[in-house]
Amino acid sequence: MGTRKINILEHELVPQHILLSEEESVKLLKRMGVSKRQLPWILASDPVAKALGAKPGDVIMVVRKSPTAGLAVAYRYVVRG
Amino acid sequence: MFQSIEETKTVGGIRFGILSPDLIRALSVTQIVIPETYDEEGIPIRGGPMDRRLGTVEPGVRCETCGNFVTLCPGHFGHVELARPVIHPLFSKNIYTLLRATCRVCGRLLLSEDDIENARRRAKNLEKRWPLLKYKYGEAVAKKAVKNTTCPHCQAQQYKVRFEKPYTFYEERDSGSVQLRPTEIRDRLERIPNHDLEALGLDPESARPEWMVLTVLPVPPISVRPTITLETGMRSEDDVTHKLVDLLRVNQRLKESVEEGAPQLVVDDLWSLLQYHVATMFDNELPGIPPARHRSGRPLRTIAQRLKGKEGRFRGSLAGKRVDFSARTVVSPDPKLSINEVGVPIEVARVLVVPEKVTVWNIEEMRELVRRGPSEYPGANYIVRPDGGRIDLRFVKDRNAVAEALKPGYIIERHLRDGDIVLFNRQPSLHRMSIMAHRVKVLPYKTFRLNLLVCTPYNADFDGDEMNLHVPQSEEARAEARTLMLVQEQILSPRYGAPIIGGLHDYVTGAYLLTRKDTLLDKKRASLLLFEAEYEGSLPQPAILKPGPYWTGKQLVSTVLNGDFNYEGKASICRKCEACLKELCPYDAYVVVRDGSLLVGALDKNSIASQVPRTLLHEYLRRYGVEKGAKFLDGLFKTFIVYLDIYGFTMGLDSLEVPTTALQEIEKLTNKAEDEVEQLVERAKKGGLEPLPGRTLEDTLEQRILEVLSRTRDRAGELASRFAGMGREAVIMARTGARANMLNITQMVAVLGQQSLRGERIKRGFAGRVLPHFKWGDIGPRARGFVYSCFKRGLRPTEFFFHAMAGREGLVDTAVRTAQSGYMYRRLANALQDFFVAYDGSVRTSEGFLVQFRYGEDGVDPAKSDHGEPVNVEKIIREVMAEKGG
Ligand SMILES: [Mg+2]
Ligand SMILES: [Zn+2]
Ligand SMILES: [Zn+2]
Ligand SMILES: [Zn+2]
Repeated sequence: MGTRKINILEHELVPQHILLSEEESVKLLKRMGVSKRQLPWILASDPVAKALGAKPGDVIMVVRKSPTAGLAVAYRYVVRG
Repeated sequence: MFQSIEETKTVGGIRFGILSPDLIRALSVTQIVIPETYDEEGIPIRGGPMDRRLGTVEPGVRCETCGNFVTLCPGHFGHVELARPVIHPLFSKNIYTLLRATCRVCGRLLLSEDDIENARRRAKNLEKRWPLLKYKYGEAVAKKAVKNTTCPHCQAQQYKVRFEKPYTFYEERDSGSVQLRPTEIRDRLERIPNHDLEALGLDPESARPEWMVLTVLPVPPISVRPTITLETGMRSEDDVTHKLVDLLRVNQRLKESVEEGAPQLVVDDLWSLLQYHVATMFDNELPGIPPARHRSGRPLRTIAQRLKGKEGRFRGSLAGKRVDFSARTVVSPDPKLSINEVGVPIEVARVLVVPEKVTVWNIEEMRELVRRGPSEYPGANYIVRPDGGRIDLRFVKDRNAVAEALKPGYIIERHLRDGDIVLFNRQPSLHRMSIMAHRVKVLPYKTFRLNLLVCTPYNADFDGDEMNLHVPQSEEARAEARTLMLVQEQILSPRYGAPIIGGLHDYVTGAYLLTRKDTLLDKKRASLLLFEAEYEGSLPQPAILKPGPYWTGKQLVSTVLNGDFNYEGKASICRKCEACLKELCPYDAYVVVRDGSLLVGALDKNSIASQVPRTLLHEYLRRYGVEKGAKFLDGLFKTFIVYLDIYGFTMGLDSLEVPTTALQEIEKLTNKAEDEVEQLVERAKKGGLEPLPGRTLEDTLEQRILEVLSRTRDRAGELASRFAGMGREAVIMARTGARANMLNITQMVAVLGQQSLRGERIKRGFAGRVLPHFKWGDIGPRARGFVYSCFKRGLRPTEFFFHAMAGREGLVDTAVRTAQSGYMYRRLANALQDFFVAYDGSVRTSEGFLVQFRYGEDGVDPAKSDHGEPVNVEKIIREVMAEKGG
């Protein structure tokens, strides 16, 4: 059983994920007027979170292609699990 | 802005248990012994069921236990020491299981020590992860234990226990059947060790089994069973209080009998009577015993009856809501009303009130309303003084004096009047258009009246439908209703990106007949139609001058349209020619409006109907807004049905007349089909039929037969429609999209076609054949549900039966589908109900959680979109080009 490591972040079907810096995420939270917990969540064990090296408490920005809007931006709060 | 989630607390769990006698006594403020409520002076008897220590229900009286007045006293439990124990009827099933699963002598579970230990461990494990499964597991353990007839612990022989609903137990001993008294049952249950109960999935801490046999009975506080004082001053006690009195009386007699050493027979009689009273106090609908009744013969409504069922506490009081300022009655149509109006019967308007503040400007008007009072129509029912005092005008002798005493600041609750804003609703309220705001129009008779165009959003018809009306009571509520919920604000539905309010049925037929090429109107008719459209200008130049002035229908529509309106689109009557000639269409099926003139094309479904996007109506609404759109629907649309009246549109049997030659041709067609199928069957029998890839021979044959039959029906349809031109009313309705389609007409005049069950030809029924009228193994068209007859000529008996089979399947499907989708929709709506689009365009929950960072990712309101797309570039270019050119 040979396991070949592939970088899922480069896969065509995986939208672009960007790990935000602390300053960036604070700016985002201020803009949206929410606390981190009130963002949608992603598990730290999610393959994409692992690939980015995200730790619980981080915020990930997701830029995906949208049939309605062209490009759509969303954010995920990384939680334990 | 939002409440932070960190601050909320959650309920970790709820545990239910059984009250122990000790707990019942500890909860009690007093023992109740006397079976009487009040003495001669009407004072509650101390120690009786109305004992003052059980809490107060009279205003101004302090509770003897807690010292509070009615509003703060929670009520306090008392207790009855039962002279003899009785079975709690709602636990008799559990008692039955325990009696059979445990030893009658030593009380151990009838399983080996190892098995018990094993079961106990597994039950404990289950509790951690699947607490509900623990009880199921316990049942299985008990079932295993019941099978043992000798005790593995003391070797005692076990007898069969018989349970007679609702609370009697017998033991089938060798000597015969012996009734087990509650005392004996209680002794046995007491003997079961905690350890063994855990193996059965029970929690002895909160539910020892002997507590299922009552020795002490809690007496509910008076606030749970309040006295009702009738208008006559007569006092009437609650059913539970009545029950308590009976119970106490028997309890007292039983106690005396036991103490006197009365014969066992007498004691047993009283004992079972006590058991009956206790049982019916909990549930008066127990199987196998007669319900306890009032003197009048009415069954008592005791504790279980209060909670159970549709009218019970849960479904009726807690989950159900009722409101004031509402009315409900049958609806009927009124095409003369505006879509924004609702007709309200005077009788309703006299009862529903609107609070209106008296000011210096309206004081005379308000005085007049007060003088007219509650019974004369536009009047008033109540006056609210600035200090909050209410005057009921029904009981005022001199209304003139009251009217004179009015001062600014008073509030008059006046009758509903024309122009008031109300909410109108039809269940099931599945989408937001199920509740819309209307302006009141007070009318005679007893039904709510509505414009036919709003039938679609409410999904209403007039076969007895009832609707509800609510009167908003505050200025804010009225303003909100008017700006957000008024019918005209709902014309464009977010569901289709198309109007949900628009022409249907007769509106479509009328529009077509009015605007088709050969419609000419004389001055009288043209004026009448323009009057109905609320047009207030002069008549346009007539299209025809000789032999007299005549106007075309298209001219009238153009008169009403705005001068800068442009539209182009195919009509529903379009023949789908290979190359569309557009405005040169010989069938007048291409609609062109230029600069407000309907140049060519007859209006039909594709121009004015609801739920169709990009129609003339839709473009008009998008261009001029809903205010003008509502006027358009109120005005022009009225001319369509008025024209239908003038025209005298009706459909009769002559609409379905087909020449004999055509009928003969249809018969030829069907005979040919019969032959073809026969040949196919023969070929299949001889093995000359090549199976289609991936299919069996039978499947292939079936498929080929279906092909032949469906081809035959299509041919027959073509034949029929060749003879059915636009001269026939049925065809007009089908082709314009008003009602029905060409297939329906084919079924009426030519052949009904294949009837199917579960998408296949009908094959279930008798052995080898569907009905006994056919030969065994006949798989020809007729024997498998092909109907050669048409509705006009009538069906043969077997054909009728097939048709009924398929028809019933349709009905069952709809019933099942609506039930399933209804439940699915409810769950979805409950999950989504507190999401909202915030001012920054994001979607959030009421707790401030973000759901979407931008609504729908593009932030577009689907109601204002072009059929889902934010913009229609093509259309914009066309419009700009037209502007440049013009
Ligand atoms: Mg109906
Ligand atoms: Zn109290
Ligand atoms: Zn035993
Ligand atoms: Zn055409």
